[in-house]
Amino acid sequence: MAEHTAEHHIVPLKVYFAVFGALMVFTAITVFVAQFDLEHYWGPLNIIVAMTVATIKATLVVLYFMHVRYSSRLTQVIVVSGLFWLAILLVFTLMDYLSEPAGQPSWASNRKTIFLPG
Amino acid sequence: MATEVMETTSTRNYLNNGHTVKSWLLTLDHKRIGLLYLFSISIFFAIGGVYASLIRLELITPEGDLMTAETYNKVFTMHGVMMIFFFLIPSIPAVMGNFLLPIMLGAKDVAFPKLNLLSWYIFILGGSLMLITMINGGIDTGWTFYPPYSSIYSNTQVTLAGVSIFITGFSSILTGLNFMVTIHTMRAPGLTWFRLPLFVWAHYATSLIQILGTPVVAITVLALALERTFQIGIFDPKLGGDPVLFQHMFWFYSHPAVYIMILPSMGVISELIANMTRKRIFGYHFVAFSSLAIAVFGFLVWGHHMFTSSQSMYAGMVFSLITYAVAIPSAIKIFNWTATIYKGSVSYDTPMIYALAFIGLFTVGGMTGLFLAALGLDVHLHDTYFVVAHFHYVMVGGAIIGYLGGIHFWWPKMTGRMYPEVWGRISAAIIFLGFNLTFFPQFVVGYLGMPRRYHAYAPEFQVLHILSSAGASILAVGFIMPVFYFAWSVKFGKKAGNNPWMASGLEWQTSSPPPTENFTYQPVVTHEPYEFEHVEEIKNAGKLENKTA
Repeated sequence: MAEHTAEHHIVPLKVYFAVFGALMVFTAITVFVAQFDLEHYWGPLNIIVAMTVATIKATLVVLYFMHVRYSSRLTQVIVVSGLFWLAILLVFTLMDYLSEPAGQPSWASNRKTIFLPG
Repeated sequence: MATEVMETTSTRNYLNNGHTVKSWLLTLDHKRIGLLYLFSISIFFAIGGVYASLIRLELITPEGDLMTAETYNKVFTMHGVMMIFFFLIPSIPAVMGNFLLPIMLGAKDVAFPKLNLLSWYIFILGGSLMLITMINGGIDTGWTFYPPYSSIYSNTQVTLAGVSIFITGFSSILTGLNFMVTIHTMRAPGLTWFRLPLFVWAHYATSLIQILGTPVVAITVLALALERTFQIGIFDPKLGGDPVLFQHMFWFYSHPAVYIMILPSMGVISELIANMTRKRIFGYHFVAFSSLAIAVFGFLVWGHHMFTSSQSMYAGMVFSLITYAVAIPSAIKIFNWTATIYKGSVSYDTPMIYALAFIGLFTVGGMTGLFLAALGLDVHLHDTYFVVAHFHYVMVGGAIIGYLGGIHFWWPKMTGRMYPEVWGRISAAIIFLGFNLTFFPQFVVGYLGMPRRYHAYAPEFQVLHILSSAGASILAVGFIMPVFYFAWSVKFGKKAGNNPWMASGLEWQTSSPPPTENFTYQPVVTHEPYEFEHVEEIKNAGKLENKTA
């Protein structure tokens, strides 16, 4: 089945260096942005920037360093389904946290401050 | 299914291929690993059973007179932990799945035999840690490890138990991974997806849950252990954590884990019913896809454990609705099995008795689940004996009944010997009666308001509790009997032959017990599963071959 899909695909070294460079750039962005409190402009902006950078970096690692871009469709489906199931965990849990009514027990009001910046 | 048949005349098989301890402990043969699992989980089942007996002994009287409240907490926790993590989750996949799946696929072994052996060692390591926990005084949090019971209010071995569960989880992941890759890549020529036995479909769905769900519970209990050890605020409100977050993360795995326990059992029942009624399973495609539907829907319903845990009303409504939806694929299976039996050529051998028991008991278990899925009614029933009765109808009446039915059905394949049929039927009947006597009164006592996890109770509940304890002793007799007659049959049982049930399926076309490489030829599949006219052809062809030989 998967014998001659790109298991032995040879990735040119320059691709690895390019990805490494991109990761370094994004790290620099993280360090740079950390100097400003973006909450000042818009409540959740800090976390949005941090998560966007992290997601892009993780995607690069998975696609190139872990060779998923050159793998069989089946492998790709499995990677995506892993992320999809993580999304289920997060979305359905947040469904509870985001839809809490006012007048909750004291420790529950504490919950909001942890998960919803701003 | 295969066109070619060869009755092996040699007596070489996987059991006599090496007799040393080393040949068992370092085996890469999926059949031997299945047997290693069979012995280990039987020991854990016995330990869990002893704890169950202690619970039922305590509850004979309304006063807490046999043990203190703290001891009782430890006893029911250890019962749950042993039965769920060390018996039910590995039961059918690791024993029968390991033994049968490669043979059903016409393969020589699973895709990763070394990982398969590793999974058993990880299981034993995790199990040993849990035994150490048990000897060190056990844990008193309930098998669910809810904080704050497990964070600030427990001075028992929660950290050790958490590490044990963390480690054991990897054994489950490796089994699931192995099965999924094996099913994808090692099917015999001609064995298309829709020619797979339903046992294989059920195990595919189970593997999906094992791979996608288990890491979450592993991280959750690890987070709990870290919080206890290093005071990191994750679940403890005093440290800025949130106990409800634990429930979300725990049930994200542990509700689908219920389907890890029941789906393989449903796969077994499909095989038993098809072969014992000599009919193709009615609506094969629906039964196959309902397994996948249960696996996927199973991930979307965990919030129904949290209707009274300050979960938001909106989330409660969504979870309640999806929980009702899970009833649909389960009902598809039940209806299709009963439609298969209709006008079938039914034989009432022990496996079929278990299959019929499964249909009845699982239906009761499933339907009472709908009571609990109702947002309003659950407020009354939450944490009562009604819940205890419900999940025992699913877990014992479903999962264990399926496990026992499957063990009886494939015992001749595993050992080459028949179990004594009369004793099999008697013990199945005892288990059915004992089970109902144990757990039916618990529906009543729960509905009347008896909470779970209490060692003392109001005197008016005593009659129902005595009935339940009496049933438990009958159930214990029923569980102990097979141990003896199976052991007896290994030496003295009637020789089974390759296909004592005249069943379809590749596993019945190799010798009993099978050779180490499963088949002495490359099986080729040309038919759909459960086509019994071909079984007759194969049998006649075999006879002809023997005559000419």
